[in-house]
Amino acid sequence: MSSSPTMSHSTSTPKTATSILDHSLQLRWSLPALAVLLALPALAAWAGDTFYVGLATRVLIFALAATSLNLILGFGGMVSFGHAAFVGVGAYCVAVLMQSGVVSAWVAWPLAVGLSALIALLVGFVSLRTQGVYFIMITLAFAQMLYYLVISLKAYGGDDGLSLASRSTVGMGLDLGDDTHFYYLTLGILVLALVGVTRLLNARFGHALQAIRENEVRMTAIGFPVFRYKLVAFTIAGALAGLAGALFANVGSFVSPAMMQWSQSGMLMIMVILGGVGHLYGGVMGAIVFLLLEELLSHYTIHWQLGLGAVLLGVVLLAPNGISSFLRRKEGV
Amino acid sequence: MNGILILEQMLNGLQFGLMLFLLAAGLTLVFGIMDMINLAHGSLYMVGAYLIATISAATGSFWWGLGLGIVGAAVFGMLLELTILRRLYQRDHVSQVLGTFAILLMCNEGVRLIWGSQPLSLNPPASLAGPVELMAGFSYPAYRLFIIGVGLVVAGLLYVLIVHTRVGMQVRAGASNREMAMAMGTNVRTLFTAVFGVGAALCAVAGGMMGPLLAVQVGMGESILILAFVVIVIGGIGSIRGALLGALLVGVVDTAGRTLIPLFLNAAVGPQAASNAGPALASILIYILMAGVLFFKPRGLFPTHG
Repeated sequence: MSSSPTMSHSTSTPKTATSILDHSLQLRWSLPALAVLLALPALAAWAGDTFYVGLATRVLIFALAATSLNLILGFGGMVSFGHAAFVGVGAYCVAVLMQSGVVSAWVAWPLAVGLSALIALLVGFVSLRTQGVYFIMITLAFAQMLYYLVISLKAYGGDDGLSLASRSTVGMGLDLGDDTHFYYLTLGILVLALVGVTRLLNARFGHALQAIRENEVRMTAIGFPVFRYKLVAFTIAGALAGLAGALFANVGSFVSPAMMQWSQSGMLMIMVILGGVGHLYGGVMGAIVFLLLEELLSHYTIHWQLGLGAVLLGVVLLAPNGISSFLRRKEGV
Repeated sequence: MNGILILEQMLNGLQFGLMLFLLAAGLTLVFGIMDMINLAHGSLYMVGAYLIATISAATGSFWWGLGLGIVGAAVFGMLLELTILRRLYQRDHVSQVLGTFAILLMCNEGVRLIWGSQPLSLNPPASLAGPVELMAGFSYPAYRLFIIGVGLVVAGLLYVLIVHTRVGMQVRAGASNREMAMAMGTNVRTLFTAVFGVGAALCAVAGGMMGPLLAVQVGMGESILILAFVVIVIGGIGSIRGALLGALLVGVVDTAGRTLIPLFLNAAVGPQAASNAGPALASILIYILMAGVLFFKPRGLFPTHG
């Protein structure tokens, strides 16, 4: 896979003792970026347009979902084409619990994460027996099964989807009904997820996962339980996607089978590829660029998809490793 | 359970399966020879159907529309291959997914720009509008019989082309080992533009045939594209024989499931539950089929790559 981190010319004098499989949170520019994100609600209020807080929340949730896909696609080399299904499972878990009166996020969200993880474990167990294109297609097949299963749940809206009476409650002085509070919670979850993913990647587990991506046969030959490593990564990614789903259900107070469609899985994959496969912030950057581009283009023309398609095509042909390939060059990693 | 219903479902399944095969044939060769995922294959089907519907309306003749539309789609497919797709062959699967998804978006929006968002109507020729009595007490729409006939003829021609001609031999060689085929003197680049043109023409045939049965609309290529992928994965990527078997299997299972599952559920759990769960279960059936095939044969029924 071409996504592997490339060594630059400066390798003769390594600044740190870390391996190329390590990933840095790159605090030099990510902390200023975080400061901007923290100030965003205040800036929006000052500009008198709180619409942007809602948009930013959606972008952050997509960033979480795309980051979870990047964990397996970028670092594990597993091109899963059904990731939106796990997002949908998390979302439906929250919505269904809400309809039966469970409003506490402390109950609903962990259950959403757990259920998504469980289903990812089962799907992964079957899918990871296959390779390459067949893996892409079998993950798609499972996602389609879940999609049609949700459509058949007539008690929960079927095709039309299901509206939530309110947002989940967390207590601790946070009111998720308030868009700003919800934004900060989402931002906090994304930051924690990124820190967690970084620690995972830099641990022995993450190194093994990336080594499997580079050469699965060799890793099998030297005795690594390759299947188990991949399955655990797949399950963790499913769990994180479920968490993103729980947030999605809350942000729009609405869930529908459409969020599990294959085109949604495709969109998540496109965010990751656009941002940079196997780059820590690939999912985040892809989500930001994709959604802002969509927002911007749709202001000018109803045929914005034409422009979006052209930009995506340009990125594929001109920047093979996504937007972060420019950054990586600058960082000199 | 009466025999006529089953016979009718089998014919419907055969008809749908043959149309799926027309789409899957091009897709599996593109996939097999160039190891390329082409999400824009469904767009060729859509563009073909739009061209056929438009030309039919303008000339007042279904046949003119079909003929010119197929040529138009083939030209469009070859242009796409020459300008964009051939730059993606050497890239990894994720780049191909992104690139061809971009083309899919642009095709959808381009069609909406030219023809608007309202579906077009395409009528079958008047001579094929009525039913045909196949046996006493069983009549079947003439147009659907016609589709089955066209599907069988095209599948037969493709079989002869691939199995009994020199070009076909080169295509098969390319599908099973591209490097070796090139080393033996096959011009894979030119061959591939031609394969793409033929694939696009087959898409247009399917689009033109299905047009009168389904609506000609934006996004019509996406749902059928997924089915075509299912077909080629079941059959084994790069195998025409596998594509044919997979298409017939998916066509029959899908069509029969849609009729028979609600009937079974009706008998087993009552009409309410049957109307709720029936259609969804029927849609899931082919994915269960695919997952089952891959579980036991991870490379499909007729693997081409050694």
